[in-house]
Amino acid sequence: MTATRIGRLAAELRDRLGPDQVIDDRPRLRTYECDGLAAYRVVPALVVLPHTAAECALVVRACVAAGVPFVARGSGTGLSGGALPHPDGVLIVTSRLREIRLVSAADERAVVEPGVVNLAVSRAAAPYGYYYAPDPSSQQICSIGGNVAENSGGAHCLKYGFTSNHVLGLQVVTPEGELVRLGGMAPDSPGYDLVGAFVGSEGTLGITTEVTLRLLRVPESVRTLLAAFTGTDAAGAATSAIIAAGVVPAAVEMMDALAIEAAEAAVRCGYPDGAGAVLIVELDGPAAEVDAQFAEVVALCRANGATELRIAADERERALIWRGRKSAFAAVGRISPDYIVQDGVIPRTALPEVLRRIAELAAERGIRVANVFHAGDGNLHPLVLFDEAVEGQTARAEELSGAILDLCVAYGGSITGEHGVGVDKATYLPRMFTDDDLDTMQLLRCAFDPRGLANPGKIFPTPRLCGEVPGRRKGPHPLQAAGLAEVF
Amino acid sequence: MSTPDLLDALRTGGAAGDGELLRDPDLFRPAGPADVIGGVPARAVAAPTSAAQAAAVLRAAAGLGLRVVARGAGTTVDWGNPPAALDLIVETRRLTGVVEHAAGDLIVVVRAGTRLAELRAALAPAGQQLALDDPVGGATVGGAVAVNISGPRRMGYGTLRDLLIGITLVRVDGVVARAGGRVVKNVAGYDLGKLMIGAYGTLGLVTECVFRLHPVPAAEAYVRCRVPVADGFTRFGRLASAVRGAQFAPVALEVDAPAGGPAELVVLLEGTAAGVAARAEATRRLLGAGAAVDSRPPPWWSRYPWTAGETGLKLTGVLTGVPDLLAATRAVADRHHVPIRVRGSAGTGVLYAGLPASADPEEVARVLDELRGATGEVGGHAVVLTAPDRVRDRVDLWGPVDGLELMRRVKARFDPEARLAPGRFVGGL
Ligand SMILES: Cc1cc2nc3c(=O)[nH]c(=O)nc-3n(C[C@H](O)[C@H](O)[C@H](O)COP(=O)(O)OP(=O)(O)OC[C@H]3O[C@@H](n4cnc5c(N)ncnc54)[C@H](O)[C@@H]3O)c2cc1C
Repeated sequence: MTATRIGRLAAELRDRLGPDQVIDDRPRLRTYECDGLAAYRVVPALVVLPHTAAECALVVRACVAAGVPFVARGSGTGLSGGALPHPDGVLIVTSRLREIRLVSAADERAVVEPGVVNLAVSRAAAPYGYYYAPDPSSQQICSIGGNVAENSGGAHCLKYGFTSNHVLGLQVVTPEGELVRLGGMAPDSPGYDLVGAFVGSEGTLGITTEVTLRLLRVPESVRTLLAAFTGTDAAGAATSAIIAAGVVPAAVEMMDALAIEAAEAAVRCGYPDGAGAVLIVELDGPAAEVDAQFAEVVALCRANGATELRIAADERERALIWRGRKSAFAAVGRISPDYIVQDGVIPRTALPEVLRRIAELAAERGIRVANVFHAGDGNLHPLVLFDEAVEGQTARAEELSGAILDLCVAYGGSITGEHGVGVDKATYLPRMFTDDDLDTMQLLRCAFDPRGLANPGKIFPTPRLCGEVPGRRKGPHPLQAAGLAEVF
Repeated sequence: MSTPDLLDALRTGGAAGDGELLRDPDLFRPAGPADVIGGVPARAVAAPTSAAQAAAVLRAAAGLGLRVVARGAGTTVDWGNPPAALDLIVETRRLTGVVEHAAGDLIVVVRAGTRLAELRAALAPAGQQLALDDPVGGATVGGAVAVNISGPRRMGYGTLRDLLIGITLVRVDGVVARAGGRVVKNVAGYDLGKLMIGAYGTLGLVTECVFRLHPVPAAEAYVRCRVPVADGFTRFGRLASAVRGAQFAPVALEVDAPAGGPAELVVLLEGTAAGVAARAEATRRLLGAGAAVDSRPPPWWSRYPWTAGETGLKLTGVLTGVPDLLAATRAVADRHHVPIRVRGSAGTGVLYAGLPASADPEEVARVLDELRGATGEVGGHAVVLTAPDRVRDRVDLWGPVDGLELMRRVKARFDPEARLAPGRFVGGL
């Protein structure tokens, strides 16, 4: 039944779009079976690669007519299984929607198709002295459409915010197949802020086919320092002191001893010997401000027990400081055969306490956890290290990873700061929200997608199969291994 | 039903278990002469003290099929269309106060009826602020969210959509729902807060908000410059784009263009004392002869260019369109002999225009038509925020809206019987 329905759909789409835009042979379908969270794999029934928004709408309308679910896919770097295909559905891949339609520095806007890679926007704007601020570590490969769907962040969102703060307009194919424009080039479009509602909706409210982005003027000055501390408590105290002083750094990143060890093993970043934790603090803005505040940050690091301070003298030294940080995620592959990447948020002031609790939970289970994270906004990325070959370790690691999320919720935080809920954390959502909250969110969902065809089974809890636990990964991500993506 | 009967029915209504909440003697009262919204009188007023009590009120109202409008301080309650019908005003007068200010985490949890000024006072001792201007003066948090107010500093800090990180709302059926949370970085679940901002109370009653805060800067400076505009705002446009193109990171770039004569351009810089002094001086030099640095804002700063009873418009466009829009407004004013004052954020493309109460509604309608044309050409919109009744009767306040069909579907899901602020919003929603 489903097979013939898909067969008819494939024939229709091949007929209307051309044969090279429709994939239904098993070997090629299999290349789309997972996104960046490879623990989940589903082979889609059909893959379609539209060239235009109109084609995208045509595909969705065909899905609606056939009653077949569809899933959008950008670059497939998502870490929560958001682009995991539906076994009886169509995967709509945006990789051929790669045009940068407009870069207007004078208007501080770029208009791009959804398959455009994040970094390409900043590259296109660079000649004018502008850039696109959200910088997920996957920015060399992830798509703007994926960023919009996940409301992606990056190391610099402490000061500049997330994708949602930088998207002004969208063209969207609704789950009913209509092509609509929301928002626009100018701010404050009248009516409901459906752009705001769409950003972060993980492909469940439709497919975006064009995105209007805000561009920012490149800052006059950027200054970066690396500070070593005896442990995460002292580094956390320094972070708090910096924020309390009224400084808003562009980034404050922390690594603990285990993460430093991994980074040293991988890239010999030469961080200070014996450091229990390091902080990377970056300030940007007008030189006159940055210089004054930088001196303050240096003093606060010293006052909070920094054992060593390194200040980047030039772009090369700045890159060197960031190198250890950016490699840390892939680097844990050097010190552990398997690992889980977790993404949770806590109020920043709870950092020392939560890190201690994580260490206790880890010790109780005989599992190691490396911490590499956005300290400025309390966005933790604990890396839970384990060895599948050791009897029982996998289960203990998965259990620990879940316990860390519970800890985030218990401290008033969130189960995800930037990677999204996807399929991976759908069953965790009720730990943050009541049934009433979730039902209210469903009202929005139903307004856009009454048939439930857009990326079904993502975000919102559905009956869960046994053995699914958030965040499980093995080895470095293929994209990292290929040197294509940096880390968190 | 007579008003006393209606009050009785409300007090004894709701769902099982609402009895105690609804019996509060201060909760309901009959509407008085001031309980009129957009010219439409209400029959009763409720003043809940908590989300739970507000929910009970809405459940009781649902049972009676009442049409409900929320009211904060009432400063912008006449914005938008008058409600198509009105039975009950739910006011947030007793739903006030800071629930929690976590200074170390730079967030605040605040009840919807709290005035922005009160919030400012509560946060100031910690050297923190909600970086939102209050151009109406006296607005409450809930009212600010409902009509999405913003002022000069939106250039540096963004608007409510950038500041609101969590929300509690009561649905028209009396269900309390939350979205977002207490941490700035959070992508769990749909961002219903965004949907409530600027929705004019048509989707739910906001009872509590969580905001991210910013440190109060150590120093600020206003660089002011008079700009002759006989050249059709060409020089103004050049100066504004020079300021944006420089790397001084201004927090505001405002224009004030009275009905005639030169315009004023003002740049606000914030930061450390030394940094601000240096940047202000550099900005002054950039703006050239006639520019001066001031430690205080001009008197018109963060005020809409109209007073009660006048017509107030919001005009938006792309940044390069701002000079065109300013010039178009002057030209339209001359053509129709209606003096128009314009003021707003030249740094983000959001301007406001004030037309005198005495202006002939037919002329105002023509002015609006032409300004809709002018804003449309620069990718923006012209919306009438407030106007005298005779103007309201004559014009479409909202104008064309993209995505209206989807908005209708959203409204239909949240408020299927169209009982929340019916007709106040775009497309008669
Ligand atoms: C090494 C590495 C580092 C990373 N670092 C970061 C980081 O620092 N910060 C961060 O936030 N994330 C990070 N990520 C996660 C990931 O890169 C982001 O979530 C990214 O936005 C996903 O983009 P994508 O194009 O790969 O989307 P996909 O993975 O293809 O899809 C993600 C979601 O978007 C939906 N989607 C895709 N395109 C569209 C569209 N056009 N319309 C509607 N929905 C669509 C999909 O259905 C899916 O739900 C990292 C990932 C990796 C592998």
